[in-house]
Amino acid sequence: MKIVSVILSLCLVSFISVVSAGVDETVWQNTLKGQFFSGRAISESENIIAIEAPYRAEDAALVPIRVTSKINQTDDKYIKKITLIVDKNPIPFAAEFNFTPLSGKADVAMRLRVNSYSYVRAIAEMNDGQLVMVKKFVKASGGCSAPIGADLDAAMQRLGRMKFKFPSSVQSNEPNLAQLLISHPNITGMQMDQVSRFIRPAYYVEKVKVTFDGQPVLTAKTDIAISADPNFRFYFVPQSAGELRAEAIDTDGKVFSQTYQVKP
Amino acid sequence: MKSFWVVSLSLWVGFFTVQCQAKIKEAFTVQKVAPGLYFHLGNHELPNRTNHGAIANIGFVVGKQCVAVLDSGGNREQGRLLKEAIEKITDVPICYVINSHVHPDHIFGNRSFKENGVQFIGHKNLARALQARAIFYTQRAVEQLGINLTLQDIVLPDIAVTDSLTLDLGGRILAITAHGSAHTDNDLSVLDENSQTLWLSDLLFVEHLPVVDGSLKGWLKELKGLSRLQVKRVVPGHGPVLVNWRAALQRQESYLSLLLREVRAMIKEGKFIEQAIAEVGQNAAGQWALFDVFHKKNITFVFAELEWED
Repeated sequence: MKIVSVILSLCLVSFISVVSAGVDETVWQNTLKGQFFSGRAISESENIIAIEAPYRAEDAALVPIRVTSKINQTDDKYIKKITLIVDKNPIPFAAEFNFTPLSGKADVAMRLRVNSYSYVRAIAEMNDGQLVMVKKFVKASGGCSAPIGADLDAAMQRLGRMKFKFPSSVQSNEPNLAQLLISHPNITGMQMDQVSRFIRPAYYVEKVKVTFDGQPVLTAKTDIAISADPNFRFYFVPQSAGELRAEAIDTDGKVFSQTYQVKP
Repeated sequence: MKSFWVVSLSLWVGFFTVQCQAKIKEAFTVQKVAPGLYFHLGNHELPNRTNHGAIANIGFVVGKQCVAVLDSGGNREQGRLLKEAIEKITDVPICYVINSHVHPDHIFGNRSFKENGVQFIGHKNLARALQARAIFYTQRAVEQLGINLTLQDIVLPDIAVTDSLTLDLGGRILAITAHGSAHTDNDLSVLDENSQTLWLSDLLFVEHLPVVDGSLKGWLKELKGLSRLQVKRVVPGHGPVLVNWRAALQRQESYLSLLLREVRAMIKEGKFIEQAIAEVGQNAAGQWALFDVFHKKNITFVFAELEWED
């Protein structure tokens, strides 16, 4: 009886330690917070932004993440920047999105690589410098899934292709949702042998800039946590007909661009 | 008190390890598919810390001069058990280990066969896929499979198959085909000409939900080609050996076609990936083992593939 209870309690102890190891905040508290926001106060609240992420990453290579804003972008008060961090990824910094009052709404959706059981957090920086954070815990996927693109040849053949998509017809003077697709393998460089003759070192899109008639709508700095074929959804506000233009720059300095004539 | 806990813990861990090893051993049997062709039937489970990734069908073919291993197993221990099973059946030496594709449940027994005189065979894209995935697979092994894997467990192929390769095992010919991107971008199939048995590995899933990790459209194309073959029986990567294999091929084709149709329609309607993940193909639930763990991954994968069609 005594042995059974010892085994049971040990099971419980190891169970608890597994669970707490899963949802721990130590990487954030001890390293990332200081690294990205040294000394600044960050409040946790859902009043400014909210984050949607699946509870379980179905595919480690492609986890849809959506950040929605709870406030309108006005000249007086707006979200200036949203930073995405995946605590347990080899490179936790995933992306940083800069918005302006012209963005209309500081919403952004993207697809991330999530390597392990980890918090995915979004930190909003207001125009007055205030920092507000939201987070979601994502359980890693199991099985054969790996956080890389599966068909490198297909991705390389399409390299640099870009598309705009609009889920509904564009209306003037209000925030309109747009989707930007960029074909790029976003190679992580995390391969077995750094001098492998099979795969080149890290090669990914590191900057994305969207403008409407020359005015910035969305400017992003992106890293290898962004899935192959980067895909973003965001808002823009056209006053009248004009040109939506996206530019993506990769780590080789290659520049890809796409334009779309918007006719509200 | 502290030492009591440490001792108890190590006793418990030891007990657990013995239990686990006993479990693998108990479950490991090989069956004769045809004279000189044997296979071990895997269970329909997600790789986990209880089965340690040993879930796939694995096997071997015996010729007069050589044995060829058809997938080495999900971990070193399973590889060792397969090797023992071979040595019990024949004195003919093992010359080849054929790796059907990059997935861990098929390749992590490799190290148990690694010795002079044994050549590893894989698709021309296998080395690249191993290079890309190795670090991730090995880092996740403790957490996911409850086993230690190191980069030494990653065995790169000695022979890369570009289109096809014929192996003579001594009075027994194996015809190996390298397929276009399908289940993965590095799938091989092996035809044992003597017994007219086609080892399809994960190009065919029986009972277990098919998992797309290469190209949906490519896989449908490969299935068309495979359906024209005249063979006596087929060994899938998961599920039983089949004589009436065309029905299974069709069943898989109809699931993959459903994905293609529904995801394509949603993309055309301007729907987002999140909506597709929630809604596509729910009618197929209940028809396949492990539907809940792999169906959403399939939708995710297929959505990203089909977005670039136009």
